[in-house]
Amino acid sequence: MSAELLEVKVWRGKEAGQFVEYQVPRLESQTVLDVVTHIQRHLDPSLSYRFACRVGMCGSCAMTVNGVARWTCRTHVAKVAQGSEGNALEIAPLSNLPVIKDLATDMREFFDKWAQAKGQFKGTKTRHDEFEVVAPESPKRAAANAGIECIGCGVCYASCDVVTWRPAFLGPAALNRAWTLANDVRDNAQKERLQAVAGDAGCHVCHTQGSCSERCPKQIEPTAGIAGLKRLAARAAVRGELE
Amino acid sequence: MSSPVPAAAPAAAPSAAILQAKLWYWQRISAMVLALCVLVHIGGMIYAVRGGLTAAEILGRTRGSFVFAAFYGIFVLACAVHVPIGFARICEEWFGLTGVKALLVGKLLGLVILVMGLRAVYGVVA
Repeated sequence: MSAELLEVKVWRGKEAGQFVEYQVPRLESQTVLDVVTHIQRHLDPSLSYRFACRVGMCGSCAMTVNGVARWTCRTHVAKVAQGSEGNALEIAPLSNLPVIKDLATDMREFFDKWAQAKGQFKGTKTRHDEFEVVAPESPKRAAANAGIECIGCGVCYASCDVVTWRPAFLGPAALNRAWTLANDVRDNAQKERLQAVAGDAGCHVCHTQGSCSERCPKQIEPTAGIAGLKRLAARAAVRGELE
Repeated sequence: MSSPVPAAAPAAAPSAAILQAKLWYWQRISAMVLALCVLVHIGGMIYAVRGGLTAAEILGRTRGSFVFAAFYGIFVLACAVHVPIGFARICEEWFGLTGVKALLVGKLLGLVILVMGLRAVYGVVA
């Protein structure tokens, strides 16, 4: 560790606001969430931020750290601190989402888009039916498995330039969810879902830049899922199934 | 900071979904054609310039050549399909045009490419 103190700039305010500087003692194995928590508990109790599990499961603590969206509970300060002494941090709320206060963003839009993308499972069987047998090694199950570990942190959404340019775009997380369901053989809302995710607010406006895949803390590749949805939509359009 | 996000649009109407799906596969197919055309074009140029390059030599090879006309005709067609779709996207995202207007601007550009491209092919073949 090079410096004893971290020089931390934290966004204070709503959409309008400014960065406020704090000095935080540097510790071994310190995470960015530890830094924010220290500020709130010891320096300024009015700081607002969101977290819950602290172990990378709940997806609630994502913030913009030195310009990059990250899950702060699993981001070590040592890996992201900048500056000549390696002790500078700039912490801001996630991009592409309205700011409620300080580091807390309004996630409603983000999750509403999951519902718009028909992110709910729609099955036909009841508790009285036998379990559906799905071979784990089948290609569809493998494709679904690749995307189901999403924790809904919003890092991909905040990193997506297309969301910035087109606020109506459903975004990588919602489309990734739709892709996992498109590969679920038990689901019977395939046509409605494909209609919901195709079009100029859906998968077709993705430029395949890959920021979502690059930044996803769970190493999910929404870009690949979105490409898959485009192929499914093209096939359905040719067969007249999108009408 | 991030701008306020307006209320999300409802799910795409089926017609928009179909249009976008079709635009996507036309762009995909034209990209495949273009990739092949560019490779053949570059290969052809490397072959053509061995021992110098003169207008007379080129015209001697292209004039009256059905193969040349067909190949570059397809090349121009693929451009005229591919470019408008991408350009419409740029118009939407950079210049704030709506879908219909952006597509119209794209189509006009496609028409210009088609006319100028085919005219150029005609110029060296006829």
